[in-house]
Amino acid sequence: MDIHEYQAKEILAEYGIKLAEGGLAYTVEEAVQRSREIGGNVWVVKAQIHSGARGKAGAIKVCRSHEEIEAAAEALLGKKLVTHQTGPAGKLCLKLYIEAGTDIAREVYLAFMMDRSHERIVMVGSAQGGMDIETLATTNPDAIKKIHIEPAVGLQDFQARTMAFALGLNGELLNHTIRTIRGCYRALRDLDANILEINPLVVTSNNELFALDAKMSFDENALFRRHRISELRDNTQIDPREIAAAEAGLSYVGLDGDIGCMINGAGLAMATMDMIKLAGGEPANFLDVGGGASAERTEKAFRLVLADSNVKAMLVNIFAGINRCDWIAEGVVQAVRNIGTTIPLVVRLSGTNVEEGRRIIADSGLPIITAETLAEAAEKAVHARNQAVA
Amino acid sequence: MAILINERTRIIVQGFTGRIGTFHAQEMIDYGSNVVGGVTPGKGGQKHLGLPVFNTVQEAVEQAGAEASIVFVPPAFAADSIMEAADAGIKYCVSITDGIPTQDMMTVKNFLRLFPKKNRMVLTGPNCSGTISPGRSMLGIMPGHIYSRGIVGVVGRSGTLGYEAADQMRRLNIGISTSVGIGGDPIIGSSHRDILEKLEEDPETRVAMMIGEIGGPMEVEAGVFAKENMSKPLVAYIAGLTAPPGRRMGHAGAIISSAGESAAEKVERLKELGVTICPTPSLMGETVAQVLAGL
Repeated sequence: MDIHEYQAKEILAEYGIKLAEGGLAYTVEEAVQRSREIGGNVWVVKAQIHSGARGKAGAIKVCRSHEEIEAAAEALLGKKLVTHQTGPAGKLCLKLYIEAGTDIAREVYLAFMMDRSHERIVMVGSAQGGMDIETLATTNPDAIKKIHIEPAVGLQDFQARTMAFALGLNGELLNHTIRTIRGCYRALRDLDANILEINPLVVTSNNELFALDAKMSFDENALFRRHRISELRDNTQIDPREIAAAEAGLSYVGLDGDIGCMINGAGLAMATMDMIKLAGGEPANFLDVGGGASAERTEKAFRLVLADSNVKAMLVNIFAGINRCDWIAEGVVQAVRNIGTTIPLVVRLSGTNVEEGRRIIADSGLPIITAETLAEAAEKAVHARNQAVA
Repeated sequence: MAILINERTRIIVQGFTGRIGTFHAQEMIDYGSNVVGGVTPGKGGQKHLGLPVFNTVQEAVEQAGAEASIVFVPPAFAADSIMEAADAGIKYCVSITDGIPTQDMMTVKNFLRLFPKKNRMVLTGPNCSGTISPGRSMLGIMPGHIYSRGIVGVVGRSGTLGYEAADQMRRLNIGISTSVGIGGDPIIGSSHRDILEKLEEDPETRVAMMIGEIGGPMEVEAGVFAKENMSKPLVAYIAGLTAPPGRRMGHAGAIISSAGESAAEKVERLKELGVTICPTPSLMGETVAQVLAGL
């Protein structure tokens, strides 16, 4: 689960990390008011959306007067902002973070993340801050320092010192850097975060160390024990279809194609989408109905897929283990009748109680196209889509 | 032979008396698995499904000779149950539970590493469908009837995609020695490589099949292992050609986060390593059949 920059900064402040003075604004007037409270004559207006690469997309604006702040706030608030991470739909900006302008002497990169192949938390740093770390990893991998942290003992000071020296932060800044590194590690560990990234961490002209940007992302599986973090969820930043899916206990990812999919199991869902693509179509979504899908759940899943107005044909592919084909078939028939959809529907059932499932589909009298194998199902779905569009 | 489990393996169910544990324990018993009891703390001394319930895994090992366990405990407590099994001397544990926090799994893996390798419990999962040696023993939640016994060893992250593969093979009269689900989470007990190592040692297995997906470096590592250490041919399918970067596709581990993690990139690397690739998920059975014909 992602959170906003300002939320990450509130957390980091509690862990002793130094920040430029700043405040949140929901309106243009509030934005100006925040800048008056902060004082000084340079401010940065930062759009709060769940995306990186905001600077390049014009979602971060440096302002030198209250008039400029007004103009920046008007340009950003209530707008869908598109960065190269948001996709073409963009993300709606409803909040701004107004921060005092910082006189930057140096920028470095610091992050902590879960390294799945080492099964440990890794601390990543680079003396070259402010840029895209993935780009740096390909152009100059030697410029990136990685230190793995032993889970049983946690981060040690020698590791923090090693990183501080690798970042070129010594002298007066050394102790402050170690405190910053320890604070970040504790925040990640205590709060079940997957990623904590400070890009850039800056040295100011007064030789202070500030986290100028902050990104945190949390383990969804751990939210049951992190109530405070789960309250930071911002549904305005999430595809509404995915919110509806989560409420129904379904796993859904919206895509750009026009063949709706309803499948059980994440692996089979990905494989079915691959088959659609190989057959010349484009999937409209990823949807895993999971195990033990009842008729009600099947209908909810159906409604979710069909709520996407791009969908021109739909494919249901179920390999029943814990599921039962007869329950799924009943759910499909019930959903088609209740929703009254006219979109062509291809159903492939396999596994537990398959004969009963097929009989229910056949006896329904509905114009449902059936398929025996995965390949046949994908081909029929693409064919049905092509006919519907023609 | 088969790997990990056979008809003699003495199995216990952790989370035995819960709804899900009860249902699948009965399915496993019906399949013919040698289930000798279960563990539910506080219910020790009772009988459930005609079998003894123990308070601790230690008691199940001492009194029922338990060797393997299957964990149905809810996510908040599952890591603890896995570590209890390892501590009690269980040799093989399958964790079915979906939704265990990543940091908990980090702790579990760290705990397992404290044991010398010869005493270390083998863990598969979490978030998997389990392991089956067809016709002998089922330690999982799969529909047992779609698997027939044979000479192909299967390892895969996904449950239902593994069923699809087993079903395609059965239609072509191809049987399976053991099929192992390793799970879809970012941190899991055993990798593809770990299971391939066991399949290579198993005299009954002649061909290995790997069903992978986007995210992480595990499939390519397994391909490198196969090239350097395996005498048996390896067939692979990688799911997720259409997955967009940065989005989690159901499995917590199925997210493309860095270079080399997409399906297309993995397929390219595996081809270079001499692995036979199933070009589409509907050709998993046929691709294995072609490799078997060439033996």
